[in-house]
Amino acid sequence: MEQSSTAVYLWIVLAPLVGAIVAGLFGRQIGRAGAHWVTIIGVSVSTLLSAIVFKQIVIDSGPVFDGAVYTWGRVGELELVIGFLIDRLSATMMLVVSFVSLMVHVYTIGYMHDDPGYQRFFSYISLFTFSMLMLVMSNNFLQLFFGWEAVGVVSYLLIGFWYTRESAIYANLKAFLVNRVGDFGFLLGVAAVLLYFNTLDYTEVFAAAPLLTGETMNVWFDAEWSVLTVICILLFVGAMGKSAQFPLHVWLPDSMEGPTPISALIHAATMVTAGIFMVARMSPLFEFSETARSVVLVIGAVTAFFMGLLGLVQNDIKRVIAYSTLSQLGYMTVGLGASAYAAAIFHLGTHAFFKALLFLAAGSVIIALHHEQDMRKMGGLRKYMPITWITCLVGSIALIGFPGFSGFYSKDAIIEAVHLSDIPGSGFAYLCVLTGVFITALYSFRLYFMVFHGKERMDEEARAHVHETPAVVTVPLILLAIPSVIIGWFYVGPMLFGDHFGESIFVLPENDVLAELGKSYHGVIGFTLHGFMAWPFLLAMAGVATAWFLYMARPEIPAQIAKRFSLAYEILVRKYGFDEFNEIFFAGGARGIGGLLWRIGDATLIDGIMVNGTARLIGWFSSVIRHVQSGYLFHYAFAMIIGLLVLIGVFVTFAGLS
Amino acid sequence: MMNLPLLSLVTWTPILGGVWILLAGGERSAPTARAIALVVSVVTFLLSIPLYAGFDTGTHEMQFVEFAPWIEVFNINYHLGIDGFSLPLVLLTSFTTVLVVLSGWEVIQYKTSQYMAAFLIQEGFMIGAFSSLDAILFYVFWEAQLIPMFLIIGIWGGPQRIYATIKFFLYTFLGSVFMLVALLYLYSQAGSFAILDMHHVRLGLTAQILIFVAFLLAFAVKVPMWPVHTWLPDAHVEAPTGGSVILAAIMLKLGGYGFVRFSLPITPDASSALDWFMIALSLVAIVYIGFVAIVQPDMKKLIAYSSVSHMGFVTLGFFIAFSILDSGDVDGAALGIQGGMVQMISHGFISGALFLCVGVMYDRLHSRQIADYGGVVNTMPVFASFMMLFALANSGLPGTSGFVGEFMVILSSFKASFWVAFLAAMTLILGAAYTLWMYKRVVYGEIANDGVRGLSDINRREFVVLASLAVMVLLFGLWPAPLLEVMGPTVDNLLEHISRSKL
Repeated sequence: MEQSSTAVYLWIVLAPLVGAIVAGLFGRQIGRAGAHWVTIIGVSVSTLLSAIVFKQIVIDSGPVFDGAVYTWGRVGELELVIGFLIDRLSATMMLVVSFVSLMVHVYTIGYMHDDPGYQRFFSYISLFTFSMLMLVMSNNFLQLFFGWEAVGVVSYLLIGFWYTRESAIYANLKAFLVNRVGDFGFLLGVAAVLLYFNTLDYTEVFAAAPLLTGETMNVWFDAEWSVLTVICILLFVGAMGKSAQFPLHVWLPDSMEGPTPISALIHAATMVTAGIFMVARMSPLFEFSETARSVVLVIGAVTAFFMGLLGLVQNDIKRVIAYSTLSQLGYMTVGLGASAYAAAIFHLGTHAFFKALLFLAAGSVIIALHHEQDMRKMGGLRKYMPITWITCLVGSIALIGFPGFSGFYSKDAIIEAVHLSDIPGSGFAYLCVLTGVFITALYSFRLYFMVFHGKERMDEEARAHVHETPAVVTVPLILLAIPSVIIGWFYVGPMLFGDHFGESIFVLPENDVLAELGKSYHGVIGFTLHGFMAWPFLLAMAGVATAWFLYMARPEIPAQIAKRFSLAYEILVRKYGFDEFNEIFFAGGARGIGGLLWRIGDATLIDGIMVNGTARLIGWFSSVIRHVQSGYLFHYAFAMIIGLLVLIGVFVTFAGLS
Repeated sequence: MMNLPLLSLVTWTPILGGVWILLAGGERSAPTARAIALVVSVVTFLLSIPLYAGFDTGTHEMQFVEFAPWIEVFNINYHLGIDGFSLPLVLLTSFTTVLVVLSGWEVIQYKTSQYMAAFLIQEGFMIGAFSSLDAILFYVFWEAQLIPMFLIIGIWGGPQRIYATIKFFLYTFLGSVFMLVALLYLYSQAGSFAILDMHHVRLGLTAQILIFVAFLLAFAVKVPMWPVHTWLPDAHVEAPTGGSVILAAIMLKLGGYGFVRFSLPITPDASSALDWFMIALSLVAIVYIGFVAIVQPDMKKLIAYSSVSHMGFVTLGFFIAFSILDSGDVDGAALGIQGGMVQMISHGFISGALFLCVGVMYDRLHSRQIADYGGVVNTMPVFASFMMLFALANSGLPGTSGFVGEFMVILSSFKASFWVAFLAAMTLILGAAYTLWMYKRVVYGEIANDGVRGLSDINRREFVVLASLAVMVLLFGLWPAPLLEVMGPTVDNLLEHISRSKL
């Protein structure tokens, strides 16, 4: 049993890797069709096996698998392995990741149809699937870090996929470096885990965590910090990078330079949720540090609200969705901070479906308009692209959390959980997520109305060619739209209030806001109906109405508002100035320091004074001493006599002393 | 098979091969010289494989020992042997030399036979240094390699080669002289030039500190550590590609090897007393040099600075061990020393590969300036993929060998101090910044000029060279266990040894 299940798990990760290698190295030989077939078959194998594993572990409550595949290295007693931990949490993630990935693979056939880098693209997205699966299936911190960085690299490669575009290669470098800032914290967190637990194995670490609650360490002068708080905050810095939390969010909007399928796969559904997954996985650590959870909560709340605001002023269709993603990631983070890990993962799942759907729908619009992304040049597409229109509407409704749609269940749970939480910062967080609902509805329907309704603002040329996209594009849209609607009904009960995650997520009884919430839960229908009478619903409807008023009824008003509140508008358009600040302070600063150290430290001080200075000194000394070698015999004789006198003098003095 | 003097064979085959080429060669016989060089280097590499195959990973004792009296009056012997520290470096040397011979194949048209001979002789000297168990024999090999490298840079180098060679020679030679003094003093105490005997000499703290400093001057220049590193960028920039590869991949490792073979075991108390100083210098190398690397306009200089920064992890790993040992955590200390060793091997592959990459471009466009490139991926896609891999490895990506050593050293230094680990981990950001920013400007983008437009992708020979390094980088990244296994007992023994005071 043990053997055979290891083989199954290995196939789940290796199938996409094989596809990636074949498509990447032999792309020319196997051709375009060969590349998409080999990778799609690989990912299909993963998806199918993941579904079987999901059934075994989650539905049939099969036993948790925790085993090593091979020993990566051994130092003394410390054994570092590559292995899998397959429990209810990882089984859920595996299914979400492989399914969304499969949809994106299929969709890519249509989207990248004319691209010369077709094979390379398939190779990358399969490689990504491999990395992400390694990340979620890991049973130790080493492999987690491997997956963590590997998804970052593939994201780097994919953002820079169109490598001749200056904006793309700027964005991918930026994404990688900002992620590295997060990884920097994450690696220190892993190092701290090793120091205090002497192992990198999850199970052993989690088992020992309660024993460490009283332990403190000295980080800064004499301030004693709880060890678990330090570990959790360091790990969370990693999550802030990967899941684009304020202030490490800056890379995500720029990542839209990559082709749309990867925006859906990586920058909405999977990679950016790695941080959320990681914190949920580490719940046995975070539960013992209220300080760390407070930090998580506040960072998440700031991201949820302030990034949502930025979505209001963007005109690039993908960027609107990108800011929406940032904001939704903030919601998930808030859920984690409130100890509602299950709700965060639930939102991660529903968001994966509806956000991938929205991105792919946006992509569909973009191809139909021949790579036009500016919403000001769209409008009225409803009648040209009925499938895209309907599916996009479904995605938007799910996003704003309309009762009955999947987003409602997960987002409402987070909002309610924060409401019940009483850790420091929860009041602020509640305010942010609640007003965030209005913002979400406003930017979502601003996009929807600007693209699918109203005046047709594209030029004649484009209008003549607009038509619905081919089946490889629309079928994934439909397949993603279905779970976007229904998945909430099935999972709200088991995920939030049941034992869907079982032992895989650990919550201390006194923090268990979801259990508190569960006391008033009487089935999905009651929950849904209650949604119609709650604040979030009213705020969402207000947002939709506002969007309708501003962009359908009185389209001239937004410009007037922008003019009237020009300062606020300017701040939003400039994205609070983060990009300028980072460019000047960090990028410029690093170059400045580097230049200074090079020119002053290396060139002037070390080389100029010490090295060449020594050479010059010796040269000068020998030029002086050269004059002694005059060639006149009497000079030498004179020197000898003086030398002799000195020697005798010294000898007499010292001999006399002794 | 086991009775063959394998170490002598791997040491002397390339040296004699080099002499053969010199005797057989003239200007006209370049093809013969290349062929001989390739055969000799491949044979040497094949001869080094039984060293690994027959290596017993269960002991720290010297293996494949050879002993013959040399200068009996002073008890100087021809004494060879390898342990877990030497073996990986010997293999790295024999492997890299094959690639260097291949990389200079058509490129070197001027005095081809002398060029090939210099590298083979150099190889023999380096292997000899890594396997000497007699201090004088070691010293002879150590100094002897300056000569071929001096010639390689001086004859086949760039326009500023004279300044660079003299700087290189004086710097390294000056350091070595102090080492010789230290060795002579140790001889007077131990009554023998056997390095293993020197390990057991009891010394007072003052004597230890003086000896430590003398060794430090020799090894710090070789590594090179800040602030005696400035010869390296100049030497690299002027050296031909093969010279840079050997310099970065192997010669620098002699410095690191010196620390674990001489400084740590002979002067453990001085090493322990001065560990803060060594840690500080290592951190300066990692952070300061990391910043300096960002702004380099010359690709070779950038990689040279990156080498200094990466070698900082070697010395950090070695010297962080002392404060961890004090807390009784032997495994934690082993993590640091092993990490430093892994970093040396890995850096051999990665820096070698990056210098070869620059060489590939230099052979075509005759420029090393980043500004002269841009959009190389458009004309050299296969090359760009290789360089991407090596650039990522240089940034310490998990799954490549570049990650393993840094990871181990950072984990180990956290055990000593949060802030040491904090500064060391900055390499995650700095390493990625200077490597990938260079990659962006050189490889990505629109075709920048007609030079780049006319580039042709790598040929089969270049492919073989880069691909074999790529395999190594990935192999040791995904599975460093064999390497750790070889070093394990030797590191444990070293820790056992240094944890006992000699005072």
